[in-house]
Amino acid sequence: MIRFDQVHKRYPNGREALAGVSFSIAEGEMVFLTGHSGAGKSSILKLIALIERPTRGQVFVAQQNTNGIKSRGVPQFRRQIGVVFQDHKLLHDRPVADNVALPLIIAGVAKREVDKRVRAALDQVGLLGKERSRPLELSTGEQQRVGIARAVVGKPQLLIADEPTGNLDPDLALEIMRLFKRFNDVGVTVVVATHDLNLIDQVGARRIGFREGRVEAAGVGARGVEAPGAPASAAIGSVSNS
Amino acid sequence: MSLQSWLTRHAQTLIGSLGAIVREPGGALMTMAVIGVAMALPVFLAVLLENSSAATANLNQGFDISVYLKKESARSRAPALAELWRGRNDVASVRVITADAALAEFRERSGFGAALDELTDNPLPDTVVVTPAVSASNPQGVADLEKVLAAAADVETVQVDGAWVNRLNAWLDILRRIVWLVAALLGSGVVLVVGNTIRLDILNRRSEIEVMKLVGATDGFARRPFLYSGVWYGLGGGALAILIVASAVQFLTGPVATLAALYGSGFKLQGMDVDVYLGVLGCAGSLGWLGSWLAATRHIRAIEP
Repeated sequence: MIRFDQVHKRYPNGREALAGVSFSIAEGEMVFLTGHSGAGKSSILKLIALIERPTRGQVFVAQQNTNGIKSRGVPQFRRQIGVVFQDHKLLHDRPVADNVALPLIIAGVAKREVDKRVRAALDQVGLLGKERSRPLELSTGEQQRVGIARAVVGKPQLLIADEPTGNLDPDLALEIMRLFKRFNDVGVTVVVATHDLNLIDQVGARRIGFREGRVEAAGVGARGVEAPGAPASAAIGSVSNS
Repeated sequence: MSLQSWLTRHAQTLIGSLGAIVREPGGALMTMAVIGVAMALPVFLAVLLENSSAATANLNQGFDISVYLKKESARSRAPALAELWRGRNDVASVRVITADAALAEFRERSGFGAALDELTDNPLPDTVVVTPAVSASNPQGVADLEKVLAAAADVETVQVDGAWVNRLNAWLDILRRIVWLVAALLGSGVVLVVGNTIRLDILNRRSEIEVMKLVGATDGFARRPFLYSGVWYGLGGGALAILIVASAVQFLTGPVATLAALYGSGFKLQGMDVDVYLGVLGCAGSLGWLGSWLAATRHIRAIEP
Protein backbone atom coordinates (compact mmCIF):
# COMPACT_ATOMS: atom_id res chain seq x y z
CA MET A 1 0.00 0.00 0.00
CA ILE A 2 2.86 2.36 0.91
CA ARG A 3 6.49 2.20 -0.10
CA PHE A 4 9.22 4.73 0.66
CA ASP A 5 12.34 4.39 -1.45
CA GLN A 6 15.44 6.32 -0.33
CA VAL A 7 13.34 9.35 0.55
CA HIS A 8 15.05 12.58 1.58
CA LYS A 9 13.16 15.61 2.78
CA ARG A 10 14.83 18.93 3.39
CA TYR A 11 12.59 21.87 4.33
CA PRO A 12 13.15 25.36 2.92
CA ASN A 13 14.62 26.43 6.29
CA GLY A 14 17.43 23.91 5.72
CA ARG A 15 16.30 21.35 8.28
CA GLU A 16 16.75 17.81 7.01
CA ALA A 17 13.69 15.93 8.25
CA LEU A 18 14.29 12.66 6.40
CA ALA A 19 17.70 11.37 5.38
CA GLY A 20 17.18 8.43 3.07
CA VAL A 21 14.21 6.52 4.43
CA SER A 22 13.04 3.24 2.95
CA PHE A 23 10.24 1.01 4.23
CA SER A 24 7.01 -0.47 3.02
CA ILE A 25 3.60 -1.10 4.49
CA ALA A 26 1.43 -3.87 3.10
CA GLU A 27 -2.22 -3.55 2.25
CA GLY A 28 -4.43 -4.16 5.28
CA GLU A 29 -1.58 -3.64 7.73
CA MET A 30 -1.65 -1.50 10.86
CA VAL A 31 1.61 0.28 11.57
CA PHE A 32 2.78 2.70 14.23
CA LEU A 33 5.41 5.27 13.38
CA THR A 34 7.31 6.18 16.55
CA GLY A 35 10.08 8.51 17.58
CA HIS A 36 10.66 11.78 19.36
CA SER A 37 9.19 14.91 17.91
CA GLY A 38 11.36 15.98 15.02
CA ALA A 39 12.39 12.40 14.27
CA GLY A 40 10.56 12.51 10.95
CA LYS A 41 7.29 10.68 11.54
CA SER A 42 5.12 13.71 10.77
CA SER A 43 7.09 14.29 7.58
CA ILE A 44 6.34 10.70 6.55
CA LEU A 45 2.59 11.30 6.92
CA LYS A 46 2.79 14.62 5.08
CA LEU A 47 4.56 12.93 2.19
CA ILE A 48 1.89 10.22 2.08
CA ALA A 49 -0.92 12.82 1.96
CA LEU A 50 1.03 14.94 -0.56
CA ILE A 51 1.06 17.86 1.86
CA GLU A 52 4.81 17.80 1.24
CA ARG A 53 6.88 16.45 -1.61
CA PRO A 54 10.14 14.54 -1.22
CA THR A 55 13.36 16.39 -1.96
CA ARG A 56 14.80 13.13 -3.31
CA GLY A 57 13.59 9.55 -3.56
CA GLN A 58 10.21 8.10 -4.32
CA VAL A 59 6.99 7.56 -2.39
CA PHE A 60 4.49 5.02 -3.64
CA VAL A 61 0.93 5.09 -2.33
CA ALA A 62 -1.59 2.53 -3.59
CA GLN A 63 0.76 1.52 -6.43
CA GLN A 64 1.06 5.15 -7.53
CA ASN A 65 4.37 6.97 -7.65
CA THR A 66 3.40 10.24 -5.99
CA ASN A 67 6.16 12.09 -7.84
CA GLY A 68 4.03 11.62 -10.94
CA ILE A 69 0.98 13.33 -9.43
CA LYS A 70 0.76 16.93 -10.54
CA SER A 71 -0.76 19.52 -8.22
CA ARG A 72 -3.98 19.36 -10.24
CA GLY A 73 -4.30 15.69 -9.35
CA VAL A 74 -3.67 16.17 -5.63
CA PRO A 75 -7.33 16.73 -4.57
CA GLN A 76 -8.43 13.52 -6.30
CA PHE A 77 -5.49 11.67 -4.75
CA ARG A 78 -6.31 12.88 -1.23
CA ARG A 79 -9.88 11.65 -1.49
CA GLN A 80 -8.65 8.05 -1.31
CA ILE A 81 -6.88 8.70 1.99
CA GLY A 82 -8.47 9.37 5.37
CA VAL A 83 -6.41 11.74 7.50
CA VAL A 84 -6.75 12.30 11.26
CA PHE A 85 -4.95 15.25 12.85
CA GLN A 86 -3.75 15.82 16.37
CA ASP A 87 -5.66 19.11 16.57
CA HIS A 88 -8.73 17.56 14.83
CA LYS A 89 -8.92 20.41 12.28
CA LEU A 90 -12.70 20.65 12.54
CA LEU A 91 -14.78 23.56 11.26
CA HIS A 92 -16.06 25.08 14.48
CA ASP A 93 -18.85 27.09 12.89
CA ARG A 94 -20.53 24.00 11.45
CA PRO A 95 -22.37 21.18 13.18
CA VAL A 96 -20.78 17.77 13.58
CA ALA A 97 -22.77 16.28 10.70
CA ASP A 98 -21.51 18.94 8.27
CA ASN A 99 -17.93 18.36 9.37
CA VAL A 100 -18.21 14.64 8.78
CA ALA A 101 -20.03 15.18 5.47
CA LEU A 102 -17.34 17.51 4.08
CA PRO A 103 -15.31 14.89 2.14
CA LEU A 104 -18.50 13.46 0.59
CA ILE A 105 -19.78 16.91 -0.42
CA ILE A 106 -16.40 17.70 -1.95
CA ALA A 107 -16.53 14.43 -3.85
CA GLY A 108 -20.05 15.29 -5.07
CA VAL A 109 -21.95 12.46 -3.41
CA ALA A 110 -25.75 12.78 -3.61
CA LYS A 111 -27.48 14.30 -0.57
CA ARG A 112 -29.42 11.22 0.52
CA GLU A 113 -26.30 9.06 0.30
CA VAL A 114 -24.36 11.69 2.30
CA ASP A 115 -26.86 11.62 5.18
CA LYS A 116 -26.79 7.85 5.30
CA ARG A 117 -23.00 7.57 5.30
CA VAL A 118 -22.54 10.39 7.83
CA ARG A 119 -24.82 8.57 10.25
CA ALA A 120 -22.99 5.31 9.62
CA ALA A 121 -19.60 6.97 10.27
CA LEU A 122 -20.85 8.66 13.46
CA ASP A 123 -22.26 5.34 14.58
CA GLN A 124 -18.88 3.69 14.07
CA VAL A 125 -17.17 6.21 16.35
CA GLY A 126 -20.01 6.15 18.89
CA LEU A 127 -21.30 9.65 18.31
CA LEU A 128 -24.73 8.91 16.88
CA GLY A 129 -27.13 11.57 18.12
CA LYS A 130 -24.52 14.32 18.19
CA GLU A 131 -25.11 15.35 14.56
CA ARG A 132 -26.39 18.84 15.37
CA SER A 133 -23.83 19.64 18.10
CA ARG A 134 -21.06 22.12 17.42
CA PRO A 135 -17.53 20.72 17.77
CA LEU A 136 -16.74 23.05 20.68
CA GLU A 137 -19.67 21.64 22.67
CA LEU A 138 -17.94 18.24 22.65
CA SER A 139 -15.09 16.94 24.77
CA THR A 140 -11.61 16.65 23.26
CA GLY A 141 -12.01 12.90 22.90
CA GLU A 142 -15.34 13.34 21.15
CA GLN A 143 -13.89 15.98 18.85
CA GLN A 144 -11.15 13.55 17.89
CA ARG A 145 -13.77 10.94 17.12
CA VAL A 146 -15.55 13.43 14.88
CA GLY A 147 -12.22 13.85 13.09
CA ILE A 148 -11.98 10.08 12.71
CA ALA A 149 -15.55 9.85 11.43
CA ARG A 150 -14.69 12.48 8.82
CA ALA A 151 -11.58 10.50 7.84
CA VAL A 152 -13.46 7.24 7.34
CA VAL A 153 -16.76 8.52 5.92
CA GLY A 154 -15.38 8.28 2.38
CA LYS A 155 -14.49 4.59 3.00
CA PRO A 156 -10.78 5.07 2.25
CA GLN A 157 -8.48 2.08 1.93
CA LEU A 158 -5.79 4.01 3.79
CA LEU A 159 -6.17 5.83 7.10
CA ILE A 160 -3.30 7.94 8.44
CA ALA A 161 -3.22 9.71 11.81
CA ASP A 162 -0.70 12.13 13.23
CA GLU A 163 -0.50 11.93 17.05
CA PRO A 164 -4.26 11.31 17.29
CA THR A 165 -4.05 10.77 21.05
CA GLY A 166 -1.61 13.55 21.84
CA ASN A 167 -4.14 15.58 23.78
CA LEU A 168 -6.03 12.75 25.43
CA ASP A 169 -5.74 11.06 28.81
CA PRO A 170 -4.61 7.39 28.70
CA ASP A 171 -8.08 5.81 28.87
CA LEU A 172 -9.42 7.95 26.03
CA ALA A 173 -6.21 7.39 24.07
CA LEU A 174 -6.58 3.64 24.29
CA GLU A 175 -10.21 3.93 23.22
CA ILE A 176 -9.17 5.91 20.13
CA MET A 177 -6.45 3.38 19.28
CA ARG A 178 -8.93 0.52 19.57
CA LEU A 179 -11.15 2.43 17.18
CA PHE A 180 -8.32 2.51 14.65
CA LYS A 181 -7.79 -1.19 15.24
CA ARG A 182 -11.42 -1.86 14.43
CA PHE A 183 -11.08 -0.12 11.09
CA ASN A 184 -7.93 -2.13 10.47
CA ASP A 185 -9.88 -5.30 11.29
CA VAL A 186 -12.18 -4.65 8.34
CA GLY A 187 -9.27 -4.29 5.94
CA VAL A 188 -8.30 -0.62 6.09
CA THR A 189 -4.55 0.03 6.08
CA VAL A 190 -3.85 2.18 9.16
CA VAL A 191 -0.72 4.24 9.79
CA VAL A 192 -0.52 6.07 13.12
CA ALA A 193 2.31 8.35 14.20
CA THR A 194 2.66 8.46 17.98
CA HIS A 195 5.28 8.81 20.67
CA ASP A 196 3.26 6.81 23.17
CA LEU A 197 5.05 3.44 23.24
CA ASN A 198 2.94 2.22 26.12
CA LEU A 199 -0.16 2.56 24.00
CA ILE A 200 1.38 0.56 21.17
CA ASP A 201 2.06 -2.29 23.53
CA GLN A 202 -1.58 -2.33 24.51
CA VAL A 203 -2.90 -2.33 20.96
CA GLY A 204 -0.21 -4.38 19.32
CA ALA A 205 0.89 -3.74 15.77
CA ARG A 206 4.05 -3.35 13.76
CA ARG A 207 6.20 -0.43 14.78
CA ILE A 208 8.63 1.58 12.70
CA GLY A 209 10.87 3.75 14.84
CA PHE A 210 12.50 6.93 13.62
CA ARG A 211 15.47 8.83 14.95
CA GLU A 212 16.91 11.94 13.33
CA GLY A 213 15.28 11.32 9.99
CA ARG A 214 16.24 7.65 9.69
CA VAL A 215 14.48 4.35 10.33
CA GLU A 216 15.87 3.24 13.67
CA ALA A 217 14.00 0.18 14.81
CA ALA A 218 11.13 -2.01 13.82
CA GLY A 219 9.19 -4.66 15.63
CA VAL A 220 5.92 -5.68 17.18
CA GLY A 221 4.76 -4.30 20.50
CA ALA A 222 5.72 -6.46 23.49
CA ARG A 223 2.21 -7.68 24.06
CA GLY A 224 1.60 -7.46 20.36
CA VAL A 225 -1.52 -8.80 18.79
CA GLU A 226 -0.95 -9.53 15.15
CA ALA A 227 -3.43 -7.83 12.93
CA PRO A 228 -5.55 -10.27 10.96
CA GLY A 229 -4.69 -10.39 7.30
CA ALA A 230 -1.40 -8.63 7.92
CA PRO A 231 1.26 -10.88 9.42
CA ALA A 232 3.32 -8.31 11.28
CA SER A 233 6.36 -10.53 11.62
CA ALA A 234 6.55 -11.01 7.86
CA ALA A 235 6.28 -7.31 7.29
CA ILE A 236 9.32 -6.60 9.44
CA GLY A 237 11.48 -8.04 6.72
CA SER A 238 10.45 -5.30 4.32
CA VAL A 239 11.81 -2.60 6.58
CA SER A 240 15.31 -1.62 5.72
CA ASN A 241 17.47 0.86 7.49
CA SER A 242 19.43 3.11 5.21
CA MET B 1 -21.55 13.85 -10.14
CA SER B 2 -25.12 13.97 -11.43
CA LEU B 3 -26.56 17.20 -12.76
CA GLN B 4 -29.12 17.26 -9.99
CA SER B 5 -26.61 16.98 -7.17
CA TRP B 6 -24.40 19.53 -8.97
CA LEU B 7 -27.30 21.98 -9.08
CA THR B 8 -28.16 21.22 -5.46
CA ARG B 9 -24.58 21.96 -4.40
CA HIS B 10 -24.58 25.25 -6.26
CA ALA B 11 -27.94 26.26 -4.83
CA GLN B 12 -26.72 25.39 -1.33
CA THR B 13 -23.54 27.40 -1.79
CA LEU B 14 -25.53 30.30 -3.22
CA ILE B 15 -27.89 30.39 -0.25
CA GLY B 16 -25.08 29.58 2.18
CA SER B 17 -22.97 32.52 1.03
CA LEU B 18 -25.99 34.81 1.37
CA GLY B 19 -26.57 33.40 4.86
CA ALA B 20 -22.95 34.17 5.78
CA ILE B 21 -23.45 37.79 4.69
CA VAL B 22 -26.70 38.08 6.64
CA ARG B 23 -25.04 36.64 9.78
CA GLU B 24 -22.13 39.07 9.63
CA PRO B 25 -23.40 42.02 7.64
CA GLY B 26 -20.89 44.65 8.82
CA GLY B 27 -18.15 44.39 6.23
CA ALA B 28 -20.50 43.20 3.51
CA LEU B 29 -22.79 46.21 3.87
CA MET B 30 -19.80 48.55 3.73
CA THR B 31 -18.63 46.92 0.52
CA MET B 32 -22.12 47.10 -0.97
CA ALA B 33 -22.35 50.78 -0.04
CA VAL B 34 -19.07 51.54 -1.79
CA ILE B 35 -20.23 49.66 -4.89
CA GLY B 36 -23.62 51.39 -4.77
CA VAL B 37 -22.13 54.87 -4.63
CA ALA B 38 -19.55 54.05 -7.30
CA MET B 39 -22.19 52.71 -9.67
CA ALA B 40 -24.78 55.38 -8.92
CA LEU B 41 -22.63 58.12 -10.45
CA PRO B 42 -22.38 56.80 -14.03
CA VAL B 43 -25.96 55.52 -13.95
CA PHE B 44 -27.21 58.92 -12.81
CA LEU B 45 -25.18 60.69 -15.51
CA ALA B 46 -26.60 58.29 -18.09
CA VAL B 47 -30.13 59.06 -16.91
CA LEU B 48 -29.50 62.81 -17.22
CA LEU B 49 -28.01 62.30 -20.66
CA GLU B 50 -30.96 60.24 -21.86
CA ASN B 51 -33.27 62.98 -20.61
CA SER B 52 -31.25 65.63 -22.44
CA SER B 53 -31.51 63.59 -25.62
CA ALA B 54 -35.25 63.19 -25.10
CA ALA B 55 -35.65 66.91 -24.41
CA THR B 56 -33.84 67.87 -27.60
CA ALA B 57 -35.25 65.11 -29.79
CA ASN B 58 -38.33 67.11 -30.75
CA LEU B 59 -36.10 70.09 -31.52
CA ASN B 60 -34.86 68.19 -34.54
CA GLN B 61 -38.26 68.83 -36.03
CA GLY B 62 -37.52 72.52 -35.56
CA PHE B 63 -34.97 72.73 -38.36
CA ASP B 64 -35.91 75.61 -40.60
CA ILE B 65 -33.83 76.52 -43.63
CA SER B 66 -33.86 80.20 -44.56
CA VAL B 67 -32.99 80.81 -48.20
CA TYR B 68 -32.02 84.44 -48.90
CA LEU B 69 -32.43 85.41 -52.54
CA LYS B 70 -30.16 87.74 -54.44
CA LYS B 71 -31.14 91.35 -54.05
CA GLU B 72 -31.03 92.17 -57.75
CA SER B 73 -33.23 89.28 -58.77
CA ALA B 74 -36.70 90.00 -59.89
CA ARG B 75 -39.19 89.84 -57.07
CA SER B 76 -41.24 87.35 -58.89
CA ARG B 77 -38.58 84.63 -58.43
CA ALA B 78 -39.54 83.96 -54.80
CA PRO B 79 -43.02 82.48 -55.43
CA ALA B 80 -41.66 80.39 -58.32
CA LEU B 81 -38.88 78.90 -56.19
CA ALA B 82 -41.34 78.30 -53.36
CA GLU B 83 -43.61 76.47 -55.75
CA LEU B 84 -40.68 74.39 -57.05
CA TRP B 85 -39.47 73.35 -53.62
CA ARG B 86 -42.92 72.70 -52.28
CA GLY B 87 -43.10 69.77 -54.65
CA ARG B 88 -40.05 68.04 -53.16
CA ASN B 89 -40.42 64.86 -51.05
CA ASP B 90 -38.07 66.06 -48.35
CA VAL B 91 -39.85 69.36 -47.83
CA ALA B 92 -42.79 69.73 -45.48
CA SER B 93 -43.72 73.36 -46.09
CA VAL B 94 -42.44 76.51 -47.72
CA ARG B 95 -43.16 80.07 -46.68
CA VAL B 96 -42.24 83.22 -48.56
CA ILE B 97 -41.30 86.39 -46.68
CA THR B 98 -41.12 89.20 -49.14
CA ALA B 99 -38.62 91.99 -48.61
CA ASP B 100 -41.47 94.43 -47.89
CA ALA B 101 -43.01 92.16 -45.31
CA ALA B 102 -39.62 91.61 -43.71
CA LEU B 103 -39.00 95.32 -43.51
CA ALA B 104 -42.41 95.95 -42.04
CA GLU B 105 -41.81 93.32 -39.40
CA PHE B 106 -38.36 94.68 -38.65
CA ARG B 107 -39.73 98.20 -38.36
CA GLU B 108 -42.31 96.99 -35.90
CA ARG B 109 -39.98 94.90 -33.77
CA SER B 110 -36.78 96.83 -33.71
CA GLY B 111 -38.09 100.25 -32.86
CA PHE B 112 -35.89 101.79 -35.53
CA GLY B 113 -38.97 102.97 -37.42
CA ALA B 114 -37.85 106.55 -37.86
CA ALA B 115 -34.35 105.59 -38.92
CA LEU B 116 -35.69 103.14 -41.47
CA ASP B 117 -37.81 105.87 -43.00
CA GLU B 118 -34.55 107.53 -44.05
CA LEU B 119 -33.75 104.57 -46.30
CA THR B 120 -34.57 105.16 -49.91
CA ASP B 121 -34.33 101.51 -50.72
CA ASN B 122 -35.31 98.33 -48.87
CA PRO B 123 -31.99 96.62 -47.95
CA LEU B 124 -33.62 93.31 -47.10
CA PRO B 125 -33.82 90.42 -49.57
CA ASP B 126 -36.74 88.18 -50.26
CA THR B 127 -36.59 85.08 -48.11
CA VAL B 128 -37.98 81.61 -48.61
CA VAL B 129 -38.25 79.58 -45.38
CA VAL B 130 -38.19 75.84 -46.04
CA THR B 131 -39.20 73.35 -43.37
CA PRO B 132 -37.87 69.86 -44.09
CA ALA B 133 -40.17 66.86 -44.04
CA VAL B 134 -39.97 64.65 -40.93
CA SER B 135 -38.03 62.05 -42.94
CA ALA B 136 -35.33 64.63 -43.67
CA SER B 137 -35.30 66.15 -40.19
CA ASN B 138 -31.89 64.86 -39.24
CA PRO B 139 -28.45 66.40 -39.63
CA GLN B 140 -27.69 64.45 -42.83
CA GLY B 141 -31.07 65.08 -44.48
CA VAL B 142 -30.94 68.75 -43.66
CA ALA B 143 -27.40 69.05 -45.01
CA ASP B 144 -28.45 67.37 -48.28
CA LEU B 145 -31.46 69.63 -48.65
CA GLU B 146 -29.34 72.65 -47.84
CA LYS B 147 -27.00 71.77 -50.72
CA VAL B 148 -29.88 71.47 -53.19
CA LEU B 149 -31.38 74.80 -52.12
CA ALA B 150 -28.03 76.59 -52.30
CA ALA B 151 -27.51 75.37 -55.87
CA ALA B 152 -30.69 77.01 -57.17
CA ALA B 153 -30.40 80.15 -59.31
CA ASP B 154 -30.74 83.53 -57.61
CA VAL B 155 -29.96 82.14 -54.17
CA GLU B 156 -27.58 84.35 -52.19
CA THR B 157 -27.09 82.31 -49.01
CA VAL B 158 -28.73 79.44 -47.19
CA GLN B 159 -28.86 79.37 -43.41
CA VAL B 160 -29.92 76.43 -41.32
CA ASP B 161 -31.60 77.83 -38.24
CA GLY B 162 -31.19 74.55 -36.41
CA ALA B 163 -27.38 74.55 -36.48
CA TRP B 164 -27.33 74.82 -32.72
CA VAL B 165 -29.22 71.54 -32.51
CA ASN B 166 -26.33 69.90 -34.33
CA ARG B 167 -23.88 71.42 -31.90
CA LEU B 168 -25.98 70.25 -28.98
CA ASN B 169 -26.07 66.75 -30.40
CA ALA B 170 -22.30 66.82 -30.82
CA TRP B 171 -21.96 67.84 -27.17
CA LEU B 172 -24.29 65.08 -26.12
CA ASP B 173 -22.16 62.59 -28.05
CA ILE B 174 -19.07 63.73 -26.18
CA LEU B 175 -20.88 63.57 -22.85
CA ARG B 176 -22.10 60.09 -23.70
CA ARG B 177 -18.50 58.98 -24.16
CA ILE B 178 -17.52 60.66 -20.91
CA VAL B 179 -20.24 58.66 -19.17
CA TRP B 180 -18.74 55.49 -20.62
CA LEU B 181 -15.28 56.51 -19.41
CA VAL B 182 -16.58 57.25 -15.92
CA ALA B 183 -18.48 53.97 -15.94
CA ALA B 184 -15.38 52.05 -17.01
CA LEU B 185 -13.22 53.66 -14.33
CA LEU B 186 -15.75 53.19 -11.55
CA GLY B 187 -16.49 49.67 -12.80
CA SER B 188 -12.81 48.83 -12.37
CA GLY B 189 -13.10 50.35 -8.91
CA VAL B 190 -15.97 47.99 -8.13
CA VAL B 191 -13.88 45.00 -9.25
CA LEU B 192 -11.02 46.10 -7.00
CA VAL B 193 -13.27 46.76 -3.99
CA VAL B 194 -14.92 43.35 -4.28
CA GLY B 195 -11.54 41.73 -4.83
CA ASN B 196 -10.16 43.30 -1.69
CA THR B 197 -13.17 42.31 0.40
CA ILE B 198 -12.96 38.74 -0.87
CA ARG B 199 -9.24 38.68 -0.14
CA LEU B 200 -9.97 39.58 3.50
CA ASP B 201 -12.78 36.99 3.63
CA ILE B 202 -10.35 34.35 2.40
CA LEU B 203 -7.68 35.32 4.94
CA ASN B 204 -10.31 35.10 7.70
CA ARG B 205 -11.27 31.62 6.62
CA ARG B 206 -7.79 30.39 5.86
CA SER B 207 -7.90 27.43 8.24
CA GLU B 208 -11.26 26.34 6.84
CA ILE B 209 -9.85 26.36 3.31
CA GLU B 210 -6.85 24.38 4.52
CA VAL B 211 -9.12 21.73 6.02
CA MET B 212 -11.14 21.51 2.81
CA LYS B 213 -8.00 21.06 0.76
CA LEU B 214 -6.76 18.40 3.18
CA VAL B 215 -9.84 16.30 2.60
CA GLY B 216 -9.57 16.60 -1.17
CA ALA B 217 -11.21 19.87 -2.19
CA THR B 218 -10.10 21.35 -5.50
CA ASP B 219 -9.32 25.06 -5.73
CA GLY B 220 -12.57 25.41 -7.65
CA PHE B 221 -14.59 23.90 -4.83
CA ALA B 222 -12.97 26.12 -2.22
CA ARG B 223 -13.44 29.14 -4.45
CA ARG B 224 -17.13 28.67 -5.15
CA PRO B 225 -18.61 30.23 -1.99
CA PHE B 226 -16.40 33.28 -2.48
CA LEU B 227 -17.58 33.70 -6.06
CA TYR B 228 -21.16 33.70 -4.85
CA SER B 229 -20.30 36.20 -2.11
CA GLY B 230 -18.82 38.44 -4.80
CA VAL B 231 -22.03 38.19 -6.83
CA TRP B 232 -24.09 39.06 -3.75
CA TYR B 233 -21.85 42.07 -3.02
CA GLY B 234 -22.33 43.22 -6.61
CA LEU B 235 -26.10 42.71 -6.59
CA GLY B 236 -26.45 44.50 -3.25
CA GLY B 237 -24.37 47.40 -4.52
CA GLY B 238 -26.34 47.49 -7.78
CA ALA B 239 -29.65 47.61 -5.90
CA LEU B 240 -28.30 50.45 -3.78
CA ALA B 241 -27.17 52.31 -6.91
CA ILE B 242 -30.67 52.00 -8.37
CA LEU B 243 -32.14 53.30 -5.11
CA ILE B 244 -29.76 56.28 -5.11
CA VAL B 245 -30.48 57.18 -8.75
CA ALA B 246 -34.25 56.77 -8.35
CA SER B 247 -34.16 59.05 -5.29
CA ALA B 248 -32.05 61.62 -7.12
CA VAL B 249 -34.47 61.63 -10.07
CA GLN B 250 -37.36 62.01 -7.65
CA PHE B 251 -35.50 64.87 -5.97
CA LEU B 252 -35.02 66.74 -9.28
CA THR B 253 -38.38 66.04 -10.92
CA GLY B 254 -40.20 69.06 -9.43
CA PRO B 255 -37.61 71.75 -10.26
CA VAL B 256 -37.08 70.34 -13.77
CA ALA B 257 -40.82 70.42 -14.48
CA THR B 258 -40.93 74.02 -13.25
CA LEU B 259 -38.03 74.98 -15.51
CA ALA B 260 -39.62 73.20 -18.48
CA ALA B 261 -42.90 75.01 -17.84
CA LEU B 262 -41.06 78.34 -17.91
CA TYR B 263 -39.82 77.38 -21.39
CA GLY B 264 -43.39 76.49 -22.29
CA SER B 265 -42.51 72.80 -22.51
CA GLY B 266 -44.33 69.89 -20.96
CA PHE B 267 -41.02 68.05 -20.51
CA LYS B 268 -40.82 65.76 -17.49
CA LEU B 269 -37.70 64.10 -16.04
CA GLN B 270 -37.84 60.37 -16.75
CA GLY B 271 -36.41 57.72 -14.44
CA MET B 272 -35.00 54.42 -15.67
CA ASP B 273 -36.88 51.71 -17.50
CA VAL B 274 -37.12 48.24 -16.01
CA ASP B 275 -34.61 46.91 -18.53
CA VAL B 276 -32.10 49.53 -17.39
CA TYR B 277 -32.69 48.41 -13.78
CA LEU B 278 -32.00 44.84 -14.82
CA GLY B 279 -28.97 45.94 -16.81
CA VAL B 280 -27.51 47.75 -13.79
CA LEU B 281 -28.12 44.70 -11.58
CA GLY B 282 -26.63 42.34 -14.15
CA CYS B 283 -23.62 44.57 -14.61
CA ALA B 284 -23.09 44.90 -10.85
CA GLY B 285 -23.39 41.14 -10.34
CA SER B 286 -20.91 40.47 -13.14
CA LEU B 287 -18.39 42.97 -11.79
CA GLY B 288 -18.73 41.41 -8.34
CA TRP B 289 -18.18 37.96 -9.81
CA LEU B 290 -15.14 39.17 -11.74
CA GLY B 291 -13.60 40.85 -8.70
CA SER B 292 -14.10 37.80 -6.50
CA TRP B 293 -12.87 35.46 -9.22
CA LEU B 294 -9.63 37.40 -9.60
CA ALA B 295 -9.00 37.56 -5.84
CA ALA B 296 -10.17 34.04 -4.99
CA THR B 297 -8.27 32.33 -7.77
CA ARG B 298 -5.03 33.94 -6.68
CA HIS B 299 -5.37 33.69 -2.91
CA ILE B 300 -6.90 30.23 -2.68
CA ARG B 301 -4.13 28.80 -4.83
CA ALA B 302 -1.66 30.28 -2.36
CA ILE B 303 -3.23 28.49 0.61
CA GLU B 304 -1.72 25.05 1.00
CA PRO B 305 -2.08 22.92 4.11
